[in-house]
Amino acid sequence: MVEWTEFERDTIKDIFSKIDYDVVGPAALTRCLVVYPWTRRYFGNFGALYNAEGIMGNEMVANHGKKVLHGLDRAVKNMDHIKESYCELSQLHSDQFHVDPDNFRLLADCLAIAIATQWGSAFTPDIQAAFQKFLSVVVFSLGSQYH
Amino acid sequence: MLSKQEKELIIEIWTRLTPVADRIGAEALLRMFTSYPGTKTYFSHLDITPRSAHLLSHGQKIFLALAEGSKDIANLMTTLAPLQTYHAYQLRIQPSNFKLFSHCMIVTLACFMGDRFTPSLHAAMDKYLSAFSAVLGEKFR
Repeated sequence: MVEWTEFERDTIKDIFSKIDYDVVGPAALTRCLVVYPWTRRYFGNFGALYNAEGIMGNEMVANHGKKVLHGLDRAVKNMDHIKESYCELSQLHSDQFHVDPDNFRLLADCLAIAIATQWGSAFTPDIQAAFQKFLSVVVFSLGSQYH
Repeated sequence: MLSKQEKELIIEIWTRLTPVADRIGAEALLRMFTSYPGTKTYFSHLDITPRSAHLLSHGQKIFLALAEGSKDIANLMTTLAPLQTYHAYQLRIQPSNFKLFSHCMIVTLACFMGDRFTPSLHAAMDKYLSAFSAVLGEKFR
């Protein structure tokens, strides 16, 4: 089981209570699709994702970004049982969506960067570390049911 | 592969931020040490507490190397030759750490620039730092 300090628990709750899901979710997914173009392979039915402008203006990308960010809510509410919380989603991503789990790490990095652009210096090194630890547990959990 | 426009964007950013090279470099290092404590093992001989003189001077050194490399990306192998040798034979840093530093440099730039750190600029910078890291690790084996 993952051990969380009080600072880490408070930081995660604080981040998710403050971020605007409708802004950060789309921003994170957009960055992932722009910076790591191979991730577009999973979104073939989203329309034209040929360049940054196309991706940034795509409503399906924006909606999916919000959905993915809300997908982290279960981890925020259940920090002591994150792996169990993602069993089903992990199976889904493996068996139905066939997503290379290393891409979860890329999206997690883009989420940290999206928040960094919003918070500026308020996204301190300590807050970044807590957030990245949280994301790495989620990333691990999402990859845990692959076989 | 960096387009002409991406190369110009990268040069512009490093040039514009050179006056605060020490601050940016130091912050990137501090973020790396905080998120990835294993990276501190390479700096046991320095005082890497926040705002220390060592952290600022080392941060500046790294920033200026990145800025210098950006001026002629096609010739990174030539520009970085001395640093390649140094990192491979003397420092012997585990090359996967370059990726960790690159990520923290990007987070630092994102904090500094806010919305001006657009997805396109992020992509260009990520590509540049990947290329820089790859060249830096060329002589390891």
